[in-house]
Amino acid sequence: MRLGLVVDLDTCVGCHGCATACKQWNTSGTIGPLSDKDPYGRNPNGAWLNRIRTYEVDDSPNSKTVHMPMSCMHCDDAACVTVCPTGASYKRSEDGIVLVDQDKCMGCNLCSWACPYGARELDPQEGTMKKCTLCVDRIYDEKLPEDERKPACVMTCPTKSRVFGDFDDPNSEVSKLVRERAGKQLLPELGYNPVNTYLPPRNKPVVEQYQPVSLKDTVKGWVNKVISR
Amino acid sequence: MHPAFSVLVFTVMSGAGYGLITLMVLGHMSGFAPQESGVLIGGGVLALVMITVGLLSSTLHLANPKNAWRSFSRFKTSWLSREAVFAVLFYPFTLIYLLGVWLQGADVGTFVALCGVVSSVLAMVTLFCTSMIYASLKTIRQWNSSLTPVNYIALGLMSGSLLLAAVQAIVAGELAGVQLQMAMGLLVLGAVVKVVYLFWIGKPAGSTINTATGFTQASVRLLDQGHTSNGFLNNEFGYTVEANKLVRLRLLMLALAFVVPFLLLLAASSALTVIAALLVIAGLLVERWLFFAEARHVVRLFHGDQRT
Ligand code: SF4
Ligand code: SF4
Ligand code: SF4
Repeated sequence: MRLGLVVDLDTCVGCHGCATACKQWNTSGTIGPLSDKDPYGRNPNGAWLNRIRTYEVDDSPNSKTVHMPMSCMHCDDAACVTVCPTGASYKRSEDGIVLVDQDKCMGCNLCSWACPYGARELDPQEGTMKKCTLCVDRIYDEKLPEDERKPACVMTCPTKSRVFGDFDDPNSEVSKLVRERAGKQLLPELGYNPVNTYLPPRNKPVVEQYQPVSLKDTVKGWVNKVISR
Repeated sequence: MHPAFSVLVFTVMSGAGYGLITLMVLGHMSGFAPQESGVLIGGGVLALVMITVGLLSSTLHLANPKNAWRSFSRFKTSWLSREAVFAVLFYPFTLIYLLGVWLQGADVGTFVALCGVVSSVLAMVTLFCTSMIYASLKTIRQWNSSLTPVNYIALGLMSGSLLLAAVQAIVAGELAGVQLQMAMGLLVLGAVVKVVYLFWIGKPAGSTINTATGFTQASVRLLDQGHTSNGFLNNEFGYTVEANKLVRLRLLMLALAFVVPFLLLLAASSALTVIAALLVIAGLLVERWLFFAEARHVVRLFHGDQRT
């Protein structure tokens, strides 16, 4: 199995719901807490496993606003695991999930340097590395109803822009989406082979253009309508 | 990259210490340099102190040092782990060598000589591992090059050679011509290697905001990074220095670490040699600061940089 997420850049509205749900679930999950420094002060700073950035793509009048949520891509070739000296970072062979063993991490930051996607953040209180767990403590939890065995971010997304599944199974929803919508990897040139895939916005005019019509054409249009009846 | 002071001190001090021990033992074994046991002991102790201070300083940047002992466990894959293992292995061989010199004088037996050679090899291997921690990161194009280990080893040997000349000046009271020539040769080599590196990182290359976001056929600009104040990624990778400050610091580095020490060595005076050695260490601290400050991690692309 190669578990991961598909993120639809066409429909994501940048509401930060997934980031909030992620923080809420994981702060009391297996790698919790996700602490904050100065949370109500002037410069709040804390460990988040999911961040949403907003870009403007292309120039006006063709420009489009794109919201891009990013969490760990659970890369096939995860250099964050290779560089870790303590063995705290590891990739599970059974499903490809990359995790940090909080009891082993010494907080050297090297894995965060090795990650191109900014997926790892040092917990300011605990001094250990935090990253997306793909909600490993939800997706296998047999006490949850079957349709809730999904990551918290996927469950919460109001526009269903995040889809969870097995990329090794060609018939899974994620594999189909990647095929149909020409899913893209980020920074493919670095060779990390990220599992998470992004669906580019659909090709359509972003804003409908107002077409000025002459009086003659308008009258002609009315006449044609009347005659055809 | 944010230049953490503890890491600057660690890489400069331990690099100089490893360079010193390597050159000293090689000079001792090949017999081409003067070899009073006093100089060997003095140089050995100085090297050990610098390496130990460096290693202790490197643990200061760990956020959870109670797990530092685990860092020996991933020798097979992690350069940081290899560095830790070799750094520890280095100690017994060096201590036996120095003890031997202390007890037997400069005419050491085969076993002690062997320990000396092993210790100088381990010194270079450790320095190489340190440099590979940086050189192996595909995320930082300014580091991901064979120039990085070349820089670390050349500059380690260079600073070591000046320290060796300085120890000779202090302990023996007079300079040795061979050591001075070696130091001047290594200063030239170090300067060449550094200038090549500076030219190389100046060439535009690497990932762009387009490959980072996947929009390769249009311009991309960051509108909002999603949080109101700086987070871990901003603090760690967002470090930016003004271009004109960079130029001034590069000039300062070239002067302090290479040009002025070279001129001082030309005078062939004991006092000036000691000053030259101290200047090189100061200059290399600036050099290491620049090595970090000029390195641009690809995460910066997601925060709006157009290229690395
Ligand atoms: S996204 Fe970063 S943290 Fe996640 S597996 Fe890839 S390299 Fe590692
Ligand atoms: S910060 Fe922790 S998980 Fe990351 S490389 Fe260091 S020890 Fe490993
Ligand atoms: S899968 Fe879980 S841990 Fe990962 S971003 Fe989503 S909610 Fe957070």
